[in-house]
Amino acid sequence: MTVDMKQLAVGDTLPAIEFGPISRHTLALYCGGSGDHNPIHVDSDFAKASGYEDVFAHGMLSMAILGRLLTNWTEQDTIRSLSVRFTAITKIHATVTGSATVRERTREGDEEFLVLDLATHTQDNQQTMRGTATIAVPTV
Amino acid sequence: MLLNPDCIGQRSEPRSIVIEAGQLKLFAKAIGETNPIYFDEAAAKAAGHKNILVPPTFGSCLKFLAPAQSPSADELGLDYKALLHAEETIEYHAPLYVGDRVTLVTEVDSIYTKKDGALEFLVRTTHITDEAGNLLQSVTNTVVMKNAGAAA
Repeated sequence: MTVDMKQLAVGDTLPAIEFGPISRHTLALYCGGSGDHNPIHVDSDFAKASGYEDVFAHGMLSMAILGRLLTNWTEQDTIRSLSVRFTAITKIHATVTGSATVRERTREGDEEFLVLDLATHTQDNQQTMRGTATIAVPTV
Repeated sequence: MLLNPDCIGQRSEPRSIVIEAGQLKLFAKAIGETNPIYFDEAAAKAAGHKNILVPPTFGSCLKFLAPAQSPSADELGLDYKALLHAEETIEYHAPLYVGDRVTLVTEVDSIYTKKDGALEFLVRTTHITDEAGNLLQSVTNTVVMKNAGAAA
């Protein structure tokens, strides 16, 4: 994905990313891959006993999709911070779309940074997460 | 209150963990990663990395793979049936690679309530350092617990 960071202006969007539909198999893989063994994401009996209609996706799976969005576009070592707030659960079978928009360009000493607004939404346009990333603009 | 405010300020024991290729490969598969620098050693090296590069959010997984024993989930008052993930913030200082041995120390930053005690928040930061003690990443995790018994 070639997006010239120097050309990006406030309000520009980065290429979005789509992931899903999220199956029980996806959640089992993420349970093992992440080490987050909370049964609420993989055991529907436990989820129902906890008051949910079914298992739901790990929030961190959606954050990982945002990580992919960023590294599809920039070298990973330019990412200085990534911060998210989860705003709704991501239901089983959902398809998640991650998006990023340039909020501002800032300068600190010799370094220039892009601050991105991030979000994930499910196919019914429910926002599930919003956040920010700070990206260092390479000097060369 | 379900969470225990006495835990505020407590620091866990240091936990040492080696980042393993198999774990990263399974993580990459789970998140649909297609860039081989995140799961193939030869591709990572061809791209100039010393080994498979740890992707941006995997640092958050290390606290599960090498969990803190103190304070324990019971001491904190955590109930997984009532728990949701509220926020996650990762600050990057240096890259992590497969084969790196890192040390984790987790600190309880704060415990607070909202909505007259119906929601209880626990904020913890895990500091990830290399063998020389250099900070590689800081991962701040906020979870929220519903307290159904709290007066509304």
